[in-house]
Order: sequence, then C-alpha cells, then structure tokens
Amino acid sequence: MKQKVTRFLVYLFLIIGGLIMLLPFFWMFSSAFKTTQEINKFPPQWLPSSISLVNFQRAFAMAPFARYFVNSILVMVSSVGITTFTTILAAFAFSKLHFPGRSLIFSMLLALMMIPFEMLIITNYSTVVQLKLWDTIPALILPFTSSIFYTYILKNFFDSISDSLYWSARIDGSSNWRYLWKVMVPIARPSLTTIILLNGLASWNSFMWPMYVIASDKNRTLPWGLQVFTTEAGSYPELLMAASTVVVFPVIILFFFCRKYIVRGVARGGLKG
Amino acid sequence: MKKNTVQERKIENKSFLSKIEPFLYLLPFLIGLVVFTLYPVINVVLISFKEGYSHLSRNFTEWGLGNYETVLADPRFGQAISNTIKYVLLVVPISTCLSIVIANLLNQKLRFSALFQTAYFLPMVTSITAVGLAWKLMYNKNFGIINYLLSFFGVDKIPWLENAQWSIPALVIFGIWNILPFTIILLLSGLQNIDPLYYTAAKVDGSSSLRIFFRITIPLLAPTIFLVCIINTISCFKVFSELYPLFNGKPGPFNNLYTVVYYIRYAMMENRKYGIAAAAAIILFMFIFVFTMVQHFIQNRTRR
Repeated sequence: MKQKVTRFLVYLFLIIGGLIMLLPFFWMFSSAFKTTQEINKFPPQWLPSSISLVNFQRAFAMAPFARYFVNSILVMVSSVGITTFTTILAAFAFSKLHFPGRSLIFSMLLALMMIPFEMLIITNYSTVVQLKLWDTIPALILPFTSSIFYTYILKNFFDSISDSLYWSARIDGSSNWRYLWKVMVPIARPSLTTIILLNGLASWNSFMWPMYVIASDKNRTLPWGLQVFTTEAGSYPELLMAASTVVVFPVIILFFFCRKYIVRGVARGGLKG
Repeated sequence: MKKNTVQERKIENKSFLSKIEPFLYLLPFLIGLVVFTLYPVINVVLISFKEGYSHLSRNFTEWGLGNYETVLADPRFGQAISNTIKYVLLVVPISTCLSIVIANLLNQKLRFSALFQTAYFLPMVTSITAVGLAWKLMYNKNFGIINYLLSFFGVDKIPWLENAQWSIPALVIFGIWNILPFTIILLLSGLQNIDPLYYTAAKVDGSSSLRIFFRITIPLLAPTIFLVCIINTISCFKVFSELYPLFNGKPGPFNNLYTVVYYIRYAMMENRKYGIAAAAAIILFMFIFVFTMVQHFIQNRTRR
C-alpha cells in the first residue's frame, strides 16, 4: 500500500513538472491561433476559440519570414555540410595517420576548446568586414567550418575502430582516402548522425553571431529576424507567437524522431550554442 | 633500366606524398581554425592592451593596461559582473538540486518514460530567443498566465518585466527552465554509471529509500554533480540570449541587467571601443579559465 502511494506521488510530481516544462511551448502554440481579443483576456483563455492560420498569414505579410526560413535552411545545410567534411578529414588524420606533433597539436586543440565564442567575436567581426562579407550569408557560414568539439567526438570514435582493420586494408592496396570513405565513415554513422544533429540545431538556433553581422532584412535568419520583428509586431503578441512557432516547431518534430541521438551527444559533452 | 627508374620515382613520389598526406587531410580544418579561432584569440589579447585603439584605422596610441583600468572603473561593468555572479549563484544551485530529484525519478522504471524524457528535455533543442518571447508573454503583468496561476495561491499581480527588482527572478526562472534538460541528462548518465550492486546490498540490509538516496546515490553521484555545476557555471557566465527576448533587446527594464556579454556588445556596437570590449572579454575568459581548471582537476581525480 505504502509503495503504491509513493509510486503515485512519483508520477504526480513528474507529471506536474513535465507540464511546467511544456507550458511555454503550449502557450506559444495556443497563442499563435488566438485573436487579439482572446490574447488580451484575463483570466487567460487556455485554447483559441477557432483554429485559423490568419496570424501566420499576417506575420508572413508583415515581415519576410519565408525569406528568413530559406536563409536559415541554406545556412544550416551549407554549414553542416562543410563542417562535417572538415571534421571527418581531421578526425581521420588525428586518429589513423602518423605525422610529427600529432598528439601535441591535438592537446593544443583541446585547450582551445575552452575559449568562449564571445571572446572571438571582436576579431571575427573585423575579419568579416575586411573580407567584404559583412551582411552576407557566407558570413554566417565561414566562421563555423571547423569545430574542435565535433572533431574530438569523431576522433574518439575512430580510435575505437581497430588499427588492424586499417593496416589490412592498406596492404590490400586501398588508399587512405578510399579506406576513410568506404570503411570508416559507414562504421561511424551513429557518431556522425549525432554530430550532424547537434551542428544543425546549433546553426538553426544561432542568434548572437547573426545579430552582429547581419543588418539587412533579406539576409536575416529566423531567430534574428524574429527578434527584429518584435519591434514591428510588439502590440500583436499573437503574430509574434505565430512567427516563433515557425522557428520552434520543426525542431520539436525533429526531436521526437531523433531524441536518442541528440541526448547521447549532449551527455558526451554538451550542446554548443 | 628505364622501367626501373620510373618505378623508383613512383616510390619516391609516393613517400613524399605520404609524408604530406596527413596535412592535406588537416588543411580544410586548420584553415577555418587558424582564421576564425587561433588568430582571433591572439588578436583579442593584443587589442586589449592597445590603448586608444581604433577599429577603422587599426591605429593605437600606446601599449598598456588602460583598457582594463577603464573597464574595471566603469560602474556599468561593475553592475555587469555583479548581475552575472548573482545569476550564476541563483541558477546553478537551484537547477542542480531540482535536476538531482528529477533525474532520480526519471531513472526508475517508468511507464511512458519516452514521453517524460521528451517533456523534460525539449527546452534543450529549441531556440532560446524564440521561446523567450513566449516567456515574455507568460510574464505579462496583466494578462500573463504566470500571474494568473499564482493568483490561485493568493499572490498579487507581479510586475515581472517592468520592475527592476522582479526582473532578476524573471530572468533566473527562465534560465533554470532552460538549463534543466542539460543538467538532468548529465546527472542521468551519472546515475546510470552507478553499480546496481550497491542498491541491491542496501535493500538486503533493509535501508529506507531516503537513506539509500543520501548514503549511496548522493556520494557516488558527487563527481558528476560537481562536474555539472562547473559546466553550468561556465555557461551561465555567458548569459545573454536568455536576456535579449525578455526585454526587447535591452538589458533589463531600466538597463539595470547588464551582464558581462551584454557589456561586451555594448562596448563594441554602441561605443565602438574595441579595446574596452576586448579587455572585458579577457576578464570573462579569466573566470571561465579558473572554472575550467577546476573541472579538469575534478575529472582527473575521479578517473584515477
């Protein structure tokens, strides 16, 4: 009997806690469908009286959210593509190829990992201006093409693949390049999936760097465009919530399907924002 | 004869190629690293010691500690440091305690455990700045859901975002909500590393579950708890994106919530004083450096 009571209390606690965690999402989605009158009611109305997409249409008419969306996708795909490529090559070199100073260079990289991006902004901003990339889409991609953190994760995984496999392939006449793409990369698929997901999320949600380097409407990505939109739509929170939903909803869907990969990566060393 | 030399040359070529091959693999990675990480680190240190640095002409008057003196004497920076430390001291302990309890409950055999995990982990993957706008709506003094829910407990309407005193709790609650998933995940993986034999032994001895929690779980989880606290301290030191959406991009309702990263942005974008911004960034790094060293120390000790 006592056990049943504690069991019940555990579930009660977890359910209440879970509802609190989900409340901001629920409030965002429900408000995205409310009318101006409904959103300014007290006591607040939990659900909209009717479901219509009119808030989304109005938000998309007031600010170029479709453009922001395309920019975000473009930045995410190219940034993830390039970073994954450089990460695979570097992790392979650090794990399987021999060259003087290998372990020294790698431990220096690990030391560099603690440098916060906030510290690099001052110079990177000037660099981007000098390269005439200020207020362009490439400015959002180029500074993030090399990631020590992802290289570290992938190198650890490559290390766990036996060297004898490597040498037997080399003796059979396989080049490093072929071996990497035909053997290593397919084996490392779970690790790569984690890296790609973490990288994609970081890119999609990225806010601070775009805020520094993007000034014109046509080059903004979603999170930064959304914050700019607050000044225009300040008195229409329902439009803001509709726009926020566009930023958040795809990620939630992704999380439903890829939770295990993402959680595994986070447990291994954190989400870099 | 001719055939032989060609073959020799081939081998020689091969050996030269195999010597530089590792660097060809590293090249794409190193280009990005040198241009956008290594050079900026060195440059920001240099700029921080250049007095009267102009970002347009790149000229400066002399080397010295002037930027640091200016930063440390600036009351705005003092405010930024004190707010940042306040934020760390509130968010880190509270989120850690909550997470220890939640992680322990989630670690049991539960029905719908996937559903619970999704609920507790979701804030980790969604855009802070977008969700921050939803929090801003929830914090609304007159129509907000938070004041409505509190009214059931007899609490009067709280001016969360309009009042200087309440703006810190508003930011801290949002910050805790945001950092909770990460903290729970790290603690859960710590819990899963505890040998179940300890629990079996304790149950045979007939220990109460509260006793087990304090005598077994907490001591064995201690290294993970420390680790989580350090990592969270470092990330809370960089608080910025939590603040931005709550107050329309301003640091607090009366510019009273400057944090260190906000100060860097202010020095750079509003004042155009890169030297000052660099000095502030170096001071931020000093804090992070100390905590990172502590982190390594703990990790090395627990590994042994």
